[in-house]
Amino acid sequence: MTRVHDMGGRYGDGTITPEPEDEVFHTDWHARALAVTLAAGSLGKWNIDVSRHARECLAPTDYARFSYYEKWISGLANLLVETGVLTREELAGQGDPAPSPLADKKMTADQVAGVLAKGGPADRPSNTAPQFEVGDVVVTRKIAANALVNGGHTRLPVYAAGARGRVLRLHGTHVLPDSSAHRLGDAAEPLYAVVFPASELWSHPEHPRDEVVLDLWQSYLEPEA
Amino acid sequence: MDKVTALLQSRAMPHDHSHDDPHALLPSDPALRVKALETLLTRKGLIDPAALDEIIDTYENRIGPRNGARVVARAWLDPAFRAALLEDATAVVSDLGFYGRQGEHMVAVENTEAQHNMVVCTLCSCYPWPLLGIPPGWYKSDAYRARVVREPRKVLADFGVTLPSETAVRVWDSTAEVRYLVIPQRPAGTDGLDEEALMALISRDSMIGTALASAP
Repeated sequence: MTRVHDMGGRYGDGTITPEPEDEVFHTDWHARALAVTLAAGSLGKWNIDVSRHARECLAPTDYARFSYYEKWISGLANLLVETGVLTREELAGQGDPAPSPLADKKMTADQVAGVLAKGGPADRPSNTAPQFEVGDVVVTRKIAANALVNGGHTRLPVYAAGARGRVLRLHGTHVLPDSSAHRLGDAAEPLYAVVFPASELWSHPEHPRDEVVLDLWQSYLEPEA
Repeated sequence: MDKVTALLQSRAMPHDHSHDDPHALLPSDPALRVKALETLLTRKGLIDPAALDEIIDTYENRIGPRNGARVVARAWLDPAFRAALLEDATAVVSDLGFYGRQGEHMVAVENTEAQHNMVVCTLCSCYPWPLLGIPPGWYKSDAYRARVVREPRKVLADFGVTLPSETAVRVWDSTAEVRYLVIPQRPAGTDGLDEEALMALISRDSMIGTALASAP
């Protein structure tokens, strides 16, 4: 049921090494990987949830051994073949690549600033009315899994499954990734910031008043029993 | 729905067979892997290398944590700005020209004596790009993603930060498209400093919550 990307709370990853602020990319290929991924996204063949799911679907052995931008470029290669933009033969370097019918969607240098400034907001109108108010006690799904697609994408981390929290904020109605990642439509619904006491999530919380907040869609939540 | 679900499950199957993954057809060396894909997409007319240069230049030189530092400094200086930022950060940063990709839904959270805020994305690496730029390597690391929700104080120790025992930690796991900006506490001894002088005290890490603002 779980995938390797869902690592919140995991043990054994070691210390964290701070970095200077002026080092944006460690090497040229990191920068190229980011830029290729953004530029390919403008072809319009997938949304952000589909692309996240593609990275999460890398085999656990690959996900664990790949560096960050290797995951990006490998997820992108898979997605380009899955959407028919590239063929396996082309990826393998066999023969001359055919010109693409999508070429008119290519992002040009003069379009970059506009595309980055425009962004891609995730709020949408929804017919689903908010079920909860700020201050309400809610309980997350017992099993952190996609309810629509077996083994599908979801944004409820395993560490927060079946946990009791309190609604801190209503963010409005947002695209539901569990649907959108599988091209089943935006299915927008209310999105909440829900705060959990650390003691609700961990057996040995560091401090009695520490908390974790997650952004959770209404369908991930039930009223307190 | 049953039919759709069945179709999706059948389509999802190849993902579970790594030896079939298309990415395995690319060179295994990551730098060559990126180069091969860039070259192929360029030859097919799907990407423009000049556009890639422009994207990189944007995040290396124009969009970065100085944007966020300006917002924080202004919040320290102007109570009305601070109140508006806490009420609707998206509107306020948009007015400064800091709306954009990965910053479409902004929320600002303020550190106090009673509460210290930290931001993570345990599931991937969501981060407020228009205000802080491209996330540092450590933010994207397994160690940070795995540990900060469970042991934020030990993570702070890795950054050389110790909080008073009366300060509670609230960690924000960015599981949706909402992006969080931490407003660090204004250090003592900064009365009379202007916006530019205050900005120099506000590091990227202090706006993620793994550092405090520097003393003047």
